[in-house]
Amino acid sequence: MQPIISISGVSKTYASGFTALKEVNLDIRRGEIFALLGPNGAGKTTLISIVCGIVNRSGGTVTVDGHDIGTDYRAARSLIGLVPQELTVEAFETVRATLNFSRGLFGKPPNPELVDQILKDLSLWDKRDAKVTTLSGGMKRRVMIGKALAHEPQILFLDEPTAGVDVELRQDMWAMVRRLRESGVTIILTTHYIEEAEEMADRVGVINHGEIILVEDKTELMRKLGRKVMKLELRQKLDAIPAALSKYALELTGDGGALTYTYDNQSERPGVASLLRDLEAAGIQFRDLDTENSSLEEIFVNLVRHS
Amino acid sequence: MNRHAIWAIYRVEMARTMRTLLQSVVSPVISTSLYFVVFGAAIGSRISEIGGVSYGAFIVPGLIMLSLLTQSISNASFGIYFPKFVGTIFELLSAPVSYLEIVTAYVGAAATKSVAIGLIILATASLFVPLHIEHPFWMLCFLVLTAVTFSLFGFIIGIWAQSFEQLQLVPLLIVTPLTFLGGSFYSIDMLPGIWRTITLFNPVVYLISGFRWSFFGTADVSLGVSLGMTLAFLFACIAVVGWIFKTGYRLRT
Repeated sequence: MQPIISISGVSKTYASGFTALKEVNLDIRRGEIFALLGPNGAGKTTLISIVCGIVNRSGGTVTVDGHDIGTDYRAARSLIGLVPQELTVEAFETVRATLNFSRGLFGKPPNPELVDQILKDLSLWDKRDAKVTTLSGGMKRRVMIGKALAHEPQILFLDEPTAGVDVELRQDMWAMVRRLRESGVTIILTTHYIEEAEEMADRVGVINHGEIILVEDKTELMRKLGRKVMKLELRQKLDAIPAALSKYALELTGDGGALTYTYDNQSERPGVASLLRDLEAAGIQFRDLDTENSSLEEIFVNLVRHS
Repeated sequence: MNRHAIWAIYRVEMARTMRTLLQSVVSPVISTSLYFVVFGAAIGSRISEIGGVSYGAFIVPGLIMLSLLTQSISNASFGIYFPKFVGTIFELLSAPVSYLEIVTAYVGAAATKSVAIGLIILATASLFVPLHIEHPFWMLCFLVLTAVTFSLFGFIIGIWAQSFEQLQLVPLLIVTPLTFLGGSFYSIDMLPGIWRTITLFNPVVYLISGFRWSFFGTADVSLGVSLGMTLAFLFACIAVVGWIFKTGYRLRT
């Protein structure tokens, strides 16, 4: 299937000489939730801003559902809704008026029922006639999401949507993202909270220093790069690892009181079961056993550090 | 053509006017009335007729122009500067609207407002002095043409400005002096020789002169020259706006 967004060879050098993006290639699949991860200043927002038409690209091409964002900007932009990172709202308008404005700006005729429904979905109904300036930060964030949805976009960009947002709004927001995905909307989000990407995304892209260093199916990524660690607390301290156990590449930790076994999920190294058997044969007894998976966060930190 | 977008922007801009009715409509009317009281009644009674027109009536076109220029510039410059300042401009830049549509909406709204103010001032003036408009059609032409031209000029200032101070700079330091020295309150024939020549470099002279001609049928410079200069300034502004959008100057990095 044709990707809904196709970014090829896109670069950006700002007037100051700073190169924010170097030859970025990225395809977003129709209907997926794509999480773009990267440290501050990696180029996430620049990339989103180029696709949305806010920043001019220095080179390369971007198509949105087959429409070039330069020559066919009207068709391309009318498909996109953007919720930027900064809370920027028309302070003196009412909530409903600002949603109607956004809808009109994107070329759609008025549709009061739809706007009302969005207000209800975002728990803004009670505030519909309030001036935006009187709302709390979390409510303003809801207004910005409402504005982005007011013209029924096929693609929704969420740039750091949960930064500084309370738990309730965060949960509401993810519920909404799931609903949108079910209705066929493609969602591209950037986030600092990697657990969120881990929980929400179908695919993950990692960007650093203006380059996409990895794009991978999330479960595939977790399987490939994730590692497991098993820790055994011993009854008696060991001075050294017995020769019989050398093939496991164990580590003696905690002053000889614990053994740590690191293995990956593809398990090319001998399995846990045989290790336990061999331990028993060697007469090593343990008090407790603990295993843990490496999270997407650890994977991410490793990737960024080595890129 | 994204009609919905033009209408959406236009409506928001007009709503802003209604929200700030006191500042945007009442205050120019009050200050113009003060000019009438001071110049028209108090001082004007000691000034003889100018070209067969009483001084009180003579200053009406000049006062309307004065408001028209300052209002057009401040409306249009603020209209586009404010979204830049608070950051909501991102939505405009990401929307499927052409540059022509953006300019049409912002300049259209600013010009609508200043023409309305011009007409309100005209109505107010008619309470103070008996007015007779010789060429109503041309009067409206000059009114609309000037409002559009200076709204475009204000739009340029709004895009150029990077602070509220810069936003005030051009109207305060250039436009207000040019208007006062452009014959709002006197005929340039009353000036001594050299100053008269210098004044002819002031573009506002042609606006006021043409506008005054539409009221009284007499003018400092001929109608053709007035109209030509106004159109020339209009096209200069259009050219600059075109360049701004072509390069993305101070809008898109």
